Amino acid sequence: MGLMQKHVVFERNSIVLLIGILIVVAIGGLVEIVPLFYLKSTIETVTGMRPYSPLELAGRNIFIREGCYLCHSQMIRPMRDEIERYGHFSLAAESQYDHPFQWGSKRTGPDLARVGGKYSDDWHVAHLVDPRSVVPASVMPAYPFLKEMPLKAALIAEDMKTLRLQGVPYTDEDIANAEADLKAQVNPDGMTEGLVARYPKTVVRDFDGNPNKLTEMDALVAYLQMLGTLVDFSTYDDKANLR
Amino acid sequence: MAHEEIDKVTGVSTTGHEWDGIKELNNPLPRWWLWVFYACIVFAIGYAFVYPAVPLVSGYTKGLLGHSQRASALAEAEAGRAERNVVGQNLANAGLEEIKNDPKMLEFAMAQGRAAFGDNCAPCHGSGATGSKGYPNLQDDDWLWGGTLADIEHTITVGIRSTSPDTRMNDMPRFGADGLLDAKQIRNVAGYVLSLSGNSVKGADVEAGKQIFAENCTSCHGEDAKGIQELGAPNLTDKIWLYGGDEASVIYTVTNAHRGVMPTWAGKLDPVTIKSLAIYVHDLGGGT
Repeated sequence: MGLMQKHVVFERNSIVLLIGILIVVAIGGLVEIVPLFYLKSTIETVTGMRPYSPLELAGRNIFIREGCYLCHSQMIRPMRDEIERYGHFSLAAESQYDHPFQWGSKRTGPDLARVGGKYSDDWHVAHLVDPRSVVPASVMPAYPFLKEMPLKAALIAEDMKTLRLQGVPYTDEDIANAEADLKAQVNPDGMTEGLVARYPKTVVRDFDGNPNKLTEMDALVAYLQMLGTLVDFSTYDDKANLR
Repeated sequence: MAHEEIDKVTGVSTTGHEWDGIKELNNPLPRWWLWVFYACIVFAIGYAFVYPAVPLVSGYTKGLLGHSQRASALAEAEAGRAERNVVGQNLANAGLEEIKNDPKMLEFAMAQGRAAFGDNCAPCHGSGATGSKGYPNLQDDDWLWGGTLADIEHTITVGIRSTSPDTRMNDMPRFGADGLLDAKQIRNVAGYVLSLSGNSVKGADVEAGKQIFAENCTSCHGEDAKGIQELGAPNLTDKIWLYGGDEASVIYTVTNAHRGVMPTWAGKLDPVTIKSLAIYVHDLGGGT
């Protein structure tokens, strides 16, 4: 029996086959996954990135809950047509605090990685309540209930604790102030120094056009309006970050 | 494996497996399949040398071609810009009037403006630029902040109530919500305002409304209510209404005021694109 016949040993003994599979997969994992954790070029640090503020995080949870990622990607690929339409291609660091990431794999609607600041809050509210009212050809479902649903603010600290377990650097101070920060972000007349110090570039506004009520619409619009706005590409060095 | 059995019909050896008298032949893999498989392995080895592939201790093999997806995307985007710059370069240095009067530059600006409008402006102003409630129609002759080329370019650049420090900005008082006028006075002033364009409000005293208008509204909307573009105050006599011209809408506007927002496009779009957009929008319905 030549060398080429030796596979019979594996084929006729399930335990040996199982061990063989484990060894082969482990080699693949070692070569393909482990380097991602130590190679400098895969751990890009970019100035401006910070964890989500509590309100933005709450909006992100709604984004995920409603399945927005099924039709909207958040990943501008490094290709000319994408750069021309959506702006600078997405950096790995821009989703470093996303658990799970929202890159998506299908675009029924446009990419949202840099939608922040592109439209007004009023537009987002009108568009979420009735997409056809502003984009007649849209096939997006309507989400009018977001404007009515009160936001469950009390749970946000728990979310942040969970994310901390996954490596998002929320401090004890962030978590202690979570609910207060969440409410501060929709109240431009209140105290916001702490919030802005903890989450630089945070925009404080009443997002849903109804200052009397903290709704899920506030959170979702706050999240949409910050997407892609943290990294300042006028100072980002493309040449130094080629790969 | 002491098994060696040749199937009598085909002359091929069997695997030794037997189910109810049916035996499995041990045919070799088809030649063509096997060679494609070997070719793939050879290709993969070559690929690993030519393209970035193998992770090392402090980096990875860059490959003989030195390929980088980011570099090629940036180079392609740059090449596109350079291609456009053959004409676009002139736009960067030319004044808006100059572009308008030069057929070649105008053609370029219109084409670029149309594309940029579809990407960036159409969600609010509509793909036909006819606007909708709260989002101005850009096809008509009514301009809130001025319809000249320079006015339009400035509005696109800084936005309206935007995050830009130079944003265009005004704040109509919330006459009802902040208790500046009572419901009766608001009804009267709405009646006066609608009478300017030949409509009326039930139960409104137009004369009293005129007096209230003179005391509260003329500093922005002007004595003749035709608006003041430097302040972004709309013309109230022209039957063009951003937030509706029926009785209820006008009363709502006087009571609560509307503060529409247009984002700033400086930084998101380059100056040449903004110029092109200004030319395109001016062409739709711009004034002098």
